[in-house]
Amino acid sequence: MNKNYFEILRPGINSTFQDNGRNNFYHIGIPFSGAMDNRNFLLANTISNNGINNPVLEFAYQGPKLKYIGDNISINITGDVNFKIIRKNKNLEFGCYENIVLENNDCLDILSTNRSVYGYLSIGGTFEVDYYLNSCSTNTKAKIGANSGEKLQKGQIIKLKNIKKILPKNKIEYLNSKIENIRIIKGPHFDYFSKGAIDLFFGNEFNVTKLSDRMGIRLKGPKISNIQNTNIKSEGLVKGVIQITADGDPIIMLSDHGTIGGYPKIGVVISADYDKLVQIPPASKIKFKEINLKDAETIFKLYEMETQNLISNIK
Amino acid sequence: MIKNISNLGDAALYCDFGNEVNKEINRNVINYFNNLRDSNFLGITNITPSYNKLVISFDLKLTSFAILKKQVENLELKKINNSKNNLIKIPVCCTEEFALDIKRLQKLLKIKEAKIYEIFFSKNYYCYMTGFIAGMPFLGDMDKSLFAKRLETPRVKVPKNSIGITEQFCNIYTFESPGGWNIIGKTPVDIFDNKRSTKPNLINPGDTISFYPITKQEYEKI
Repeated sequence: MNKNYFEILRPGINSTFQDNGRNNFYHIGIPFSGAMDNRNFLLANTISNNGINNPVLEFAYQGPKLKYIGDNISINITGDVNFKIIRKNKNLEFGCYENIVLENNDCLDILSTNRSVYGYLSIGGTFEVDYYLNSCSTNTKAKIGANSGEKLQKGQIIKLKNIKKILPKNKIEYLNSKIENIRIIKGPHFDYFSKGAIDLFFGNEFNVTKLSDRMGIRLKGPKISNIQNTNIKSEGLVKGVIQITADGDPIIMLSDHGTIGGYPKIGVVISADYDKLVQIPPASKIKFKEINLKDAETIFKLYEMETQNLISNIK
Repeated sequence: MIKNISNLGDAALYCDFGNEVNKEINRNVINYFNNLRDSNFLGITNITPSYNKLVISFDLKLTSFAILKKQVENLELKKINNSKNNLIKIPVCCTEEFALDIKRLQKLLKIKEAKIYEIFFSKNYYCYMTGFIAGMPFLGDMDKSLFAKRLETPRVKVPKNSIGITEQFCNIYTFESPGGWNIIGKTPVDIFDNKRSTKPNLINPGDTISFYPITKQEYEKI
């Protein structure tokens, strides 16, 4: 058994197994985790005819290089990703969002994500991974989930199971759009900031810095000074919360964020913009726009409908 | 009781219980937390208690702020938190190699090392919340004579299982992590252990903790 496996020739920058994430453990300090870009995660599993919570391999910037050993298997890659398959010393090019067949001894080289951050590899089958607290999502800070809570390592073997017969050539026509305007809802400490500071916050662009990862995005721009207190008593955070540090810089909390924090929260990114937010790479600029709760809920419904349309339009 | 419920973004409720930090308010927060855990309100994904706030996040596909707010407002509190039943004893070794800041604290507080420990070990502590890093408990209240500020420059690495104090609180670093609390000792017990399959953390919000001193030899045996 287990004659199908990947050997990791190059692990990539931050390659982890992810699923839908872990619910109900914030109160003991364990964040949600899960695939950063939920839509691309969902599309990957859909093209593979998998359950929607099947584990996928998430990679960031430069992905892994994997050697495949086993029976022919369908795979697909989602995101804005540049990759190739090396078969008998020949380079084969394929597109994202469609099933392709990997043969024994093929090398899958996931070169890079294009002007984005995350991409996903799904297979017609299941990666054999460990589960912890109802999820396989790797959380490298708490060292839990698949792969003993670690990123992929060079030389590792990833076993596969439940390999399906070659899947139909499912294909989704989808272009990852980029956004610069991030819509937010006012946070509970909005009034800690003067009118001048608020004008700076919404009127200027911020640079996404290199200090950005699955835990958060650190921004640099005009200093957003605070007229009340740079610290609050620590309290719960959620993904998408924008905290302003004592230095006046915004930090946006992402899926692996610390569960509680003590900086004032100026706003929260709306759910519909989250998938696009996480895909904004360092050195890009972003700008915030305020909207109200009702509009955010409507926009989310539309975003969900769009996702469902993509799924139902698989060819 | 909850003073105000507002929205934290479009997929979370922000329940405000006041601004003070004390056990009465926090017990209220934890009562709500325990009762909500037992409720079957659709769509709740996480409930995070802290000193005086409760954040409830939810799946926007399944519910909404308006629906959940009404449910929380109408929640009948049945389960009463009785933290006195749950007393957890944590051994602490205070040899020089583990008590990274004791010499500094001695000067800062103008209290002899032995007296600092005598005061520290004489009290029970209440767990206000856990989190920031997995399983880290925020415990209080310290005796006033031991109130000390954070380090001016936080350590890049605080060793795992270190016991830290700052102002009215003490905590336990469940992982090696950056941090600015004054380190006075180390416990051999893993407060967060991912080998425990369902309850990885030893200390939960609302629990009562007492610390007791152990020697280096005892530390090594545990």
